[in-house]
Amino acid sequence: MSKSKTFTVVLMDAPFESSRTTTALRVVDAALKRGINVNVFAYEGAVLLPFKHQQPHANAVHGHDVEQEDHPLPREWVAGMIASAKDAGTAFEWINCGLCVDERGAGECIDGVRRGTPADLWKMATASDNSLVVATA
Amino acid sequence: MKHLNIVSSGYRATLEEQDDTIVWISHAMRNAGAEIDLLLQDAAVNYPVQGQSVDPVTIGGRAQRSAPDVHGQIRSFVGNGSAVYVVGEDLDERGIDRRKLLQEVKIVARKDLPKILSGYDRVWHW
Repeated sequence: MSKSKTFTVVLMDAPFESSRTTTALRVVDAALKRGINVNVFAYEGAVLLPFKHQQPHANAVHGHDVEQEDHPLPREWVAGMIASAKDAGTAFEWINCGLCVDERGAGECIDGVRRGTPADLWKMATASDNSLVVATA
Repeated sequence: MKHLNIVSSGYRATLEEQDDTIVWISHAMRNAGAEIDLLLQDAAVNYPVQGQSVDPVTIGGRAQRSAPDVHGQIRSFVGNGSAVYVVGEDLDERGIDRRKLLQEVKIVARKDLPKILSGYDRVWHW
């Protein structure tokens, strides 16, 4: 891990449910672009953010086919951040809470996502310069 | 490093999860070595009230008999060296009798929260 500052974020909402998740991911992306190392601990429904089987869809109300709709997928955002952080040499770790994964059958994640426990969260937070929880309301 | 978890959302998904997930993760983090306390506010101030229970819930013919015991989670947490703070104003506005709380919890006034929070290195509001 480089010597730049490190930020740990806890996400809790499932994908497609809360604008706070989108905002939090924008914060993570901005931090990475500034060379800040970032850890994400996905808790509860947030473990589905990097679920590999998310698929885009058409939208008849919009009159769009799949390509025109260009539906955003959180797994693509996460994968993009993993790739860009790797290219920039910035540390970016995404850990999914293992028990949360099991109860949701969400084990099939994109590459680069690791299974972990609250002990991992504690270690990451302790080693970070700052941390933020974005909890389900 | 001292850590405080603030729980505001009471009984969030407790039937599905069989516990309050933030109290649960606080237990798990403490078991991993964290020095961690809890602050209960809003609807979560009901957790330390003694005598509460959950009857088995049946949905679609499937009976869930292993009910959540949020009060037991708090009792276990505060009984193992960690502090549990409860915001007094949130008890009063809900008409919760302070005498029915676990004796080990610390009832605090909202005006005292800045001083309490300043004693922690990490404060997470769930």
